[in-house]
Amino acid sequence: MIGVGKAKQYANVLDKPLSRGRQEVSLSAFAFLFSELVQFNQTQVDNIAELERRLEDAGYAVGARVLELLCHREKGNRRETRLLGILSFIHSTVWKVLFGKVADSLEKGTEHEDEYMISEKELLVNRFISVPKDMGAFNCGAFVAGIVKGVLDNAGFPAVVTAHFVPIEGQQRPRTTILIKFAEEVLHREARLG
Amino acid sequence: MSSTACFVIVSKNDIPIYEAEVGSAPKQKEDLSYHHQFILHAALDGVHDLAWTTSAMFLKSVDRFNDLVVSVYFDQKFNNIIVSLTASVPHARFMLLHDSRSEDGIKSFFQEVHELYIKIFLNPLYLPGSRITSSHFDTKVRALARKYL
Repeated sequence: MIGVGKAKQYANVLDKPLSRGRQEVSLSAFAFLFSELVQFNQTQVDNIAELERRLEDAGYAVGARVLELLCHREKGNRRETRLLGILSFIHSTVWKVLFGKVADSLEKGTEHEDEYMISEKELLVNRFISVPKDMGAFNCGAFVAGIVKGVLDNAGFPAVVTAHFVPIEGQQRPRTTILIKFAEEVLHREARLG
Repeated sequence: MSSTACFVIVSKNDIPIYEAEVGSAPKQKEDLSYHHQFILHAALDGVHDLAWTTSAMFLKSVDRFNDLVVSVYFDQKFNNIIVSLTASVPHARFMLLHDSRSEDGIKSFFQEVHELYIKIFLNPLYLPGSRITSSHFDTKVRALARKYL
């Protein structure tokens, strides 16, 4: 049973403190819930793109809230106004709170100026998931991509975020790469700010 | 001393999601509160330009109109909190228009309201960007205004 009788009851959410408290959730409980999320959405759609979009939407709501909460807790009342700042905020702070570790890597795309990648050898949401052949390039990392999108969008850095499997040599399982492609206006603003 | 203050939270699409007249002045005439709204909305443009040039959350006196001052408090999301007679703008911008000058009080007010706002925002049933209708929230904001402004 999760936290039965443990949590103090508050009459209203507004009375509840925004405490720091390190609260961890059991991995199996999360994996179970996430698998239900995927399965439910699977019954609601008729193609893979739609399924990924729905997972992304679910993640987006998480990202928006995580951003607000973490800025309050961790940033000591500063805002992030620069591109690299917000990326490293996601790579370290957000990842650490959500997945208990910083992301494996954060890179800039080599082909395009506006692309950045966050890679993870074994993304938490993909740990217990193997995608059947007939579902093609479907990646449950879409949920995490949605979280990243939610954070960026709400911080004023609109971007298109997608999740991809990238095979690594000598390893059975591919790693997951979250590809972030920023909107043009973001790069313009970055250039203006110098 | 009677003070007048008008507080607005502006969502990132520049839509006010919460407004309150929080001054201790006797009941104001209706046209006066429109007047306040007008000043706050006019200040919004300048706030947009300022938003990316600083990483501070609290900006005092971004705009003034006679003896009314607009202070802004940004949250990371680009909403604004506006307080009237001092107005503040963040990513979510909180703006206050006020005539009192106690800067620390205004800052504390913004910070505490920001906390309340986060709590509202974390509620999964609250749709981001929609109006804050919670009466509990309203009561608390007014209590904070009495305390700090």
